Amino acid sequence: MSLLAVENLSARHGLLQAVSGVSFTAAEGEILALVGANGAGKTTLLRTIAGSHRAAGGRISFEGADLGTMRAHRRVQLGIALVPEGRRLFGAMTVEENLKVAGANGRRGRWTIETVLDAFALLKPLLRRRCGELSGGQQQATAIGRALMTNPRVLLLDEVSLGLSPVAVRTVYDSLQTVIAQGDTTIVLVEQDLSRALRIATRVACMLEGRIVLEGKAADLTRERITEAYFGLRRGEGGMRA
Amino acid sequence: MMFFDQILQGIFLGAYYALIACGLSFLFGVMRIINLAHGSIAVLSAFLVLSLAEHFGISPFFALLLAVPVMAAAGFVLQRTILERSLRSGPLTPLLSTFGLAVVLDNSMFQSFGANTRSLAPNIGDLSFAGWSGPGGIEVGQLAVLTLVVAVALLSGLQALLTYTPLGRAIRACAEDPETAELVGIDARHVYAAATAIALVTVAIAGTFLAMRSTFDPYTGPTQLIFAFEAIVIGGTGSLWGTLIGGIVLGVAQNLGSQVSPQGFLIGGHLAFLLVLAARFAFAGRDWRGWFGVRSRAVA
Amino acid sequence: MKGAKDCEGAPAVRRWSPLSIAAIASLVALLALLAFGPAYLGSYLTDRLTTLFIYVIMASMWNALAGYGGLVSVGQQAFFGLGAYLAIRLSYAGVNVYLALVLAPLIVGLFSLPLSSFALRLRGGEFAIGMWVLAELAHLLVNLDGLVQGETGISLIAISAFAPDARRSYNYWLALGMMTLLVVLGFFLLRSRTGAAIQAIRDNEDAAASVGVRVFATKRLIFVLAAAGCAAAGSLMLSTLVSFQPKTYFSVQWTAYMLFMTLVGGLGTFEGPIVGAVLFFLVETMFADTGVWYLIGLGATALIFSLFVPRGIWGTISDRFGIQLMPVGYRLRFRVPSNAGATP
Repeated sequence: MSLLAVENLSARHGLLQAVSGVSFTAAEGEILALVGANGAGKTTLLRTIAGSHRAAGGRISFEGADLGTMRAHRRVQLGIALVPEGRRLFGAMTVEENLKVAGANGRRGRWTIETVLDAFALLKPLLRRRCGELSGGQQQATAIGRALMTNPRVLLLDEVSLGLSPVAVRTVYDSLQTVIAQGDTTIVLVEQDLSRALRIATRVACMLEGRIVLEGKAADLTRERITEAYFGLRRGEGGMRA
Repeated sequence: MMFFDQILQGIFLGAYYALIACGLSFLFGVMRIINLAHGSIAVLSAFLVLSLAEHFGISPFFALLLAVPVMAAAGFVLQRTILERSLRSGPLTPLLSTFGLAVVLDNSMFQSFGANTRSLAPNIGDLSFAGWSGPGGIEVGQLAVLTLVVAVALLSGLQALLTYTPLGRAIRACAEDPETAELVGIDARHVYAAATAIALVTVAIAGTFLAMRSTFDPYTGPTQLIFAFEAIVIGGTGSLWGTLIGGIVLGVAQNLGSQVSPQGFLIGGHLAFLLVLAARFAFAGRDWRGWFGVRSRAVA
Repeated sequence: MKGAKDCEGAPAVRRWSPLSIAAIASLVALLALLAFGPAYLGSYLTDRLTTLFIYVIMASMWNALAGYGGLVSVGQQAFFGLGAYLAIRLSYAGVNVYLALVLAPLIVGLFSLPLSSFALRLRGGEFAIGMWVLAELAHLLVNLDGLVQGETGISLIAISAFAPDARRSYNYWLALGMMTLLVVLGFFLLRSRTGAAIQAIRDNEDAAASVGVRVFATKRLIFVLAAAGCAAAGSLMLSTLVSFQPKTYFSVQWTAYMLFMTLVGGLGTFEGPIVGAVLFFLVETMFADTGVWYLIGLGATALIFSLFVPRGIWGTISDRFGIQLMPVGYRLRFRVPSNAGATP
């Protein structure tokens, strides 16, 4: 049984249909990369799974149970954590406080401040710094660390490379590899950087205008096919599934 | 010497204003709500403590201890019923609903307790007038000193709560970004309810001191709200010190004003308030959520 | 693909609907009827209706500020009191009493112009209480005037020079006239470009600013209008009560009444405050002598409406049935192309 199952999910942004009839599953330990152009609905999809955004239709199941309209903080207790687009750190609070506040309100597990600092070594000297003063890469590390502090079973990452320098992106992904190496966290990763996404993911799904137009194992899909789906070329053939 | 005495009395008065102001400031910092029923709730607390003290024949301080859990529970209820709905409706709704609540509270108290002015001064024996004499004929009241001590202790306690405790961190997180707070497992509704409960406990304490230092009646609420608000605006940003300083400046301005004419007391305070506002507009960019270290873009 | 014939499908913009034409016609008829009021209404009814007109003014002004300008003011009693106070002052300075009653609101309106530069820099709750502080200050300063003798107050002696019946009629007409003027002014304002700006600000201030609406200037207009309007209500109230005690006129109770009328009637709609004023008038007539229970009821109703019926009675009806009596908005009529249904 898959850990996370999304069935025919729709979500609106005001009057705009952001997500239309999206379905996919994620098994335990899978790394699913969600790619697509801006406005394709990826962020709204993640937010709806996390509970920040209300679904207009369809169903999200976690371990077989329908989440319904469960509020976001309850989903965190179940084990779904989102690293939001733009990090959304508590800027007035220190790195340590950001980590602590998540740790106090999430699940118990392997991830503690110590283990998070092991995975994101760059944070070690920054514990007492206010998050508003950090660089992009440091903020991203804090944001991912903060989500990990809730010991999630499904980690949703929204555009972690956004606005970061190439060096910072590499650092973040190296740390992510450490997280993945632990083996049991399912990750759904929204990423603009296709090569990064393909390198890290086990499966890839491509979204276009609110729908999934391509899905399959990362090893099976070529860059070419993904690029076509990304830009909506070859539309006449409709959605393709591998 | 007279001048110095007025300043000193102004400082002690300011300590009371800091007491009444901190609940209003706290609630605004956490939820961005200005509770127009704030003063009325303080008066309600005063009536509650008075009733408990007289019914059980105990000291107002013990009565306050009994009143605290009641007011905390009331805060919880207030948040869950009125404030939460108001927050969701729109920016104007909290003002409209809390004003309606104030009208209900003031008039209900009038209905229940009548028009007579009351006071807790008779119930605290010597404390209401005892004092120490200083050089030059200066009198420092024991109650006034106690008020100052309690004000500093309360403000320090709140600051410590926010800085060092898990609840305090959760409150700060919700104050800054309630949506993301939920994403890290915080139940924002519960946190807001806890914050309101805490705010009402401070209001209960303030109401008790109001009753001890002077008289009150069912319609005293609005005046207290205005003083609290003026103290906060004058104090501006900054944590504990801001509210205390604001209260002190207000108290001193009022005392100095009273030297000029009987109406001068109130006029002095209002003018100080307006002057500070005007100065604020001249040097734009201050905000009063400094407790939470949050800089919101202020209007200027 | 169809070509030029597409124009037939373009929507037409209308300002009037049959319903609104009927409504306006009835209103004009009603006003004409009311104008002759003192002739057939008894003294009691004439007095009562005068009070109703004052309430309509107060509700409309508060609605203009809060419903359209997004500014909740807990201090409009400042202008209410100042209107009455200035009328007294002018009258005692020798000005004809009814002229004084008309001049006072105009002067208050002028005075509110520089005041607005200060007050409008406050937002939200700060504006609400800030206005209240101004009201308190105005009260205190008026008390300092020797003529007023502090809280003892003073009477508008000059109006007693008129016989009771004449006075009643003049008050009635003055109130009716001011109410009509302010409501008509509001109506044309809302229909104009400024009105579109006002409604844009009401709906979303930032969005309005981004399309070039001059937010500050528009708000200032509303502020001044509301100030003058509340001052008019104050001077009219003075004409009916005759005596002026600062405590009565500067009481925050007036804001409570305005809040009730606007919330229950319908915040942000044109017809709402009128509905609210009528309701308040009826409630007051029936229950005012039950003492504080009446006030508790008012407060509780306002509270409940703010939480559960935010659009008020009129707003809810208007939303539900799509009715708009006063043509202050725009209506789009889509005309169906004549060759619809024909297959290509």
